[in-house]
Amino acid sequence: MNLTLKIWRQSDAKSQGKIVDYPISGIEGDMSFLEMLDVLNEELINKGEEPVVFDHDCREGICGACSLQINGEPHGPDRLVTTCQLHMRKFNDGDTIYIEPFRAKAFPVVKDLMVDRSSFDRIQHAGGYISVNTSGNTQDANAIPIRKENADDAMDAATCIGCGACVAACKNASAMLFTSAKVSQYALLPQGQVEATERVLAMVNQMDQEGFGNCTNTGACEIECPKGISLENIARMNREYLKASLKG
Amino acid sequence: MSILDSKIPEGPLADKWTKHKNTINLVNPANKRNIDIIVVGTGLAGGSAAASLAELGYNVKTFCYSDSPRRAHSIAAQGGINAAKNYQGDGDSSYRLFYDTVKGGDYRSREANVHRLAEVSGNIIDQCVAQGVPFARDYGGLLDNRSFGGVLVSRTFYAKGQTGQQLLLGAYSAMNRQINRGKIQPFNRHEMLDLVKVDGKARGIIARNLVTGEIERHSAHAVVLASGGYGNVFFLSTNAMGSNVMAAWRAHRRGAFFANPCYTQIHPTCIPVSGDHQSKLTLMSESLRNDGRIWVPKRKEDAEAIRAGKLKPTQLSEEERDYYLERRYPAFGNLVPRDVASRAAKERCDAGFGVNKTGEAVYLDFASAIQRYGNEKALTSGIHNPSKEEITRLGEEVVESKYGNLFQMYEKIVDENPYKTPMMIYPAVHYTMGGLWVDYNLQTTVPGCYAAGEANFSDHGANRLGASALMQGLADGYFVLPYTIGDYLSEDIRTGKIPTDTPEFDQAEKEVTDRIQKLMSGSGQHSVDFYHKKLGKIMWNKCGMSRNEQGLKEAIDEIAALREDFWKNVKVPGTPSGMNPELEKAGRVADFLELGELFAKDALHRNESCGGHFREESVEQEGLQKGEALRDDINFKYVAAWEYKGEPKDAQLHKEELVFENIELKTRSYK
Repeated sequence: MNLTLKIWRQSDAKSQGKIVDYPISGIEGDMSFLEMLDVLNEELINKGEEPVVFDHDCREGICGACSLQINGEPHGPDRLVTTCQLHMRKFNDGDTIYIEPFRAKAFPVVKDLMVDRSSFDRIQHAGGYISVNTSGNTQDANAIPIRKENADDAMDAATCIGCGACVAACKNASAMLFTSAKVSQYALLPQGQVEATERVLAMVNQMDQEGFGNCTNTGACEIECPKGISLENIARMNREYLKASLKG
Repeated sequence: MSILDSKIPEGPLADKWTKHKNTINLVNPANKRNIDIIVVGTGLAGGSAAASLAELGYNVKTFCYSDSPRRAHSIAAQGGINAAKNYQGDGDSSYRLFYDTVKGGDYRSREANVHRLAEVSGNIIDQCVAQGVPFARDYGGLLDNRSFGGVLVSRTFYAKGQTGQQLLLGAYSAMNRQINRGKIQPFNRHEMLDLVKVDGKARGIIARNLVTGEIERHSAHAVVLASGGYGNVFFLSTNAMGSNVMAAWRAHRRGAFFANPCYTQIHPTCIPVSGDHQSKLTLMSESLRNDGRIWVPKRKEDAEAIRAGKLKPTQLSEEERDYYLERRYPAFGNLVPRDVASRAAKERCDAGFGVNKTGEAVYLDFASAIQRYGNEKALTSGIHNPSKEEITRLGEEVVESKYGNLFQMYEKIVDENPYKTPMMIYPAVHYTMGGLWVDYNLQTTVPGCYAAGEANFSDHGANRLGASALMQGLADGYFVLPYTIGDYLSEDIRTGKIPTDTPEFDQAEKEVTDRIQKLMSGSGQHSVDFYHKKLGKIMWNKCGMSRNEQGLKEAIDEIAALREDFWKNVKVPGTPSGMNPELEKAGRVADFLELGELFAKDALHRNESCGGHFREESVEQEGLQKGEALRDDINFKYVAAWEYKGEPKDAQLHKEELVFENIELKTRSYK
C-alpha cells in the first residue's frame, strides 16, 4: 500500500519540533508498524537524510519501550497491543497517518518520537518494592498460602509494562493507572502489607512532584492500555491512600 | 596443563558450594562502603547482582542501553523458571535438576557449577515470592507448576506466560530499593564501549551517554558484565533489537577468553518468517508443547495443497497427519529438548512437508488439548451429557486461562485464530550458551572482571533446558556473585578510589573516540542494517541448525570479507554528539562481524555433534539412533576458550577438560 506519513521531527529536547510529510510505498499488511518505520528510515539513510528516532526494543509487546501517538491514539487504532505489535493490515492504501511522540509535561521529548519516561522510574524508586534482603534466607515460598483470586488480581496489575500510554491517553496526563498498578499488586499480597502505608504515600507524592495531572475518571487510560490494566486499580489505590492518610 | 584454572572447590559435589562459602574471604561492612562495583546490564543477572551487592554495602553503578532497567530482554522470557522444590511430590530433587541440566546440556557443562545452580534454585522461588512476584497458584493458595521439555517432573514455576517479566520486575524492584537508598547509581541510556584495565585488573569502563553522545569514564574495583547473549549475530532472532555482544566482546579484546561461541540454541516454537521486511522473530513459549501437538501432513501432496492455499489443516484427518515427534521419540514425544525438536522440524521442512508459503513451518495443534480439557471441565462442573460445542467452549476457556496472552500475540501477528486452526511455528535463534569463560567464582580471565547470566558460558553446556535461563540469571546475581566477588575484593580494602585521570583511561577513551570516528567516516555506500542482514544470512545458512566443514570454511571467508567491506563502506548518518541510534547499531554490528567469524571457527574445530551444535559429519550410522547427533567424548569433552590475538582467525584455543565424577556420560536418548 501507499501511505502519507506525517511525522513529528524534533532534533533535541530544547529545539522546536514540527510535522514533516513523508510519502511511503510498498508497505505490506504483514509488516508491523515499526517495520514500516524501518523501511522509511532505510530510505532516508540512503538519501543522506537523518532517520526518524523512536524507542523500541523487544518488538514483542512486553518491554514497554515503544510508544508513539498514532492518529491521536497511544499505540494506534488496535486494542490491547503496543505499537510494535500493531500491524499495517489495520491501515488502508492511501491513508494519511499522523505519528507523534507521547505528549505529557512529565515526558519531555528526547529526539523526534523518543520521550524521557524516567519520571516513571522515579515513582518506582519512591516505593515500588518490598523491603526484603536478597539473602535467600526467606521462608519457604509455600509458607503463606495466597488466595488464587488475589494472586491472579495481583498478576493482572503486575503486567503493566510501563510504556506510558495511560499518561498519553489522559487529558490530564495523569499517571494514576501506572502508579496504582504497582500499589495494587503489593496491596493484594500478604508480603506487601507491611509497608502498604508508606508505599502508597511515597509513590503518590512522587507522582505529584513529577508533574503528572490528576485523575478525573474519564477511563481513557484503561481503553488505551496495551495490557488491559483495569480502572479498579485506581479505585484500590484511592482506598489505600485514604487508609494511609488516616493512619498517617 | 591448561592455563585455565576453573577453581572448582575440593570435596564431594554436594558439599562444594557450602564449603566454598565457608572458606572464602569476606569484606567487613565498613570496608564495603569504600568499594565500587560497576554492573553492565540490568536484566535478571545484572539487576539481581546490582541489588544484592548494593544491599551488602558496596557502591554500585549500573549501566544499561535502555531508558530503564525494566526493559532488559529478560522481560521477554515467557514460560517459567525451574526449581527443585518437589512441591508436586513427583520425585524431584537438587540432584535430579542437576542431572537433567547436565544431560540436557549434552555433557558439556561443569558439574560443580550446575550442582550449585540446582542447590540454590529453591531459594530463588522463596526470594521472589518474598519480593511480591505473583506466581501462579492453585485453588489451595499454593504455588502451581508445569512441566517443560527434556525432563520427567513438574518443576517449572510460572506467572502466566510472563514469567520473565515478573522476575525482572522483581529484580528491578530490589534495585529501586537500593536506588532510593543511594546505594545504586543507575546510568540508563548508556552503553559500555570498552573495559579499562590497570595493572592487569579490570578497573573501570568507558561508556557513551546515548542521549548526549558524551564519552564518560567510570572507575570501580570490579566490573560485572551481565550483558546477555549474542543471538543477534544472526540478525533475525528472538532477542530484542538492541541486544548485543559489545560489552562481552570489548572485554574479550582486553583479555577475557570467549568460550564455546558456537553453542547456540535454536528454539523450536517461534512464529515463522513472513517476508524480507522482518526485523525480528517472536517466540511462542515452549510451555505450549505441554498441550500442543506438533505435526505436518503425511503426504507431500497435502503439504503442497496447503502451501498453495487449496487445503486447510483442519480438513486433514488424524490418519493423514504425521505427529513426527511422537513418532520418532515415543518416550518424550512433543516434550523432547529444544535442539532435538528444532532439528526434527527442519528435517520435515527440508523434505518438503512445510506448511506455510515459504515451506518453513510446521503445525502446533491444540485441538486435542481443547477436547481433553473440555471433557474434564464438564465433569468437574457437573455438566452431564455436554454437547460437542459446549466441550469445545469449556476447553477453549481452559486453554485461554493457561496461554491466553500467547494466543492473543499469535493472532495479532499472524492474523489467524489459533483456537480454531493450528498455529504455525518454526525454529529461530533464541539463546546463546557460549559466552565469556568464567571460573567457579564467575570471574573471567581478566582479574576483577566477572560475567553473569547469559553473558557467561558456564551452566548450560551445549544446550539449555527450558526455564533454566531465568534460574541461572537469578542464581548468579542473587546467590553466587555476592559471595564470590567478596573473595576478590577483600584484597582491595586499602586501594582507595580508582582515579580516572590516568594514562590507562586516557588510552582507552582515545581508542573509543577513534573507533567512533572511523565508523562515521565510511564511504557511505550501505546502511548498517544492510551489513547486519548479510551477516545474518551467512550465519543462518552456514552456522545454523546444521553445520558442515565446507559451509563453515566459506562462512569464515565471507564474514572476514564482509567485515572489511563494512569498515570501508558503511554509512552512519548524523554526528557522534547527541542521540544517534545508527551509530549505536554500527558499533554493535562491527563487533558481531568479529564474533561471527570466531563462532564459525569454533564450530569448524568442534567436529562432533553435541547439543545445539550439529555437525553433519558426526551422526549415528546405525541402530535405533541412526541419523541422530553423535557426540565424541574422546576428542571433544572440553570447553573451548578462545584468546583474542587480533583478527578472529588468529584466536588461540585453550581447552578446559571437563571432568565428570558424578555423572556417567551417556548417549542422550529421548526415544
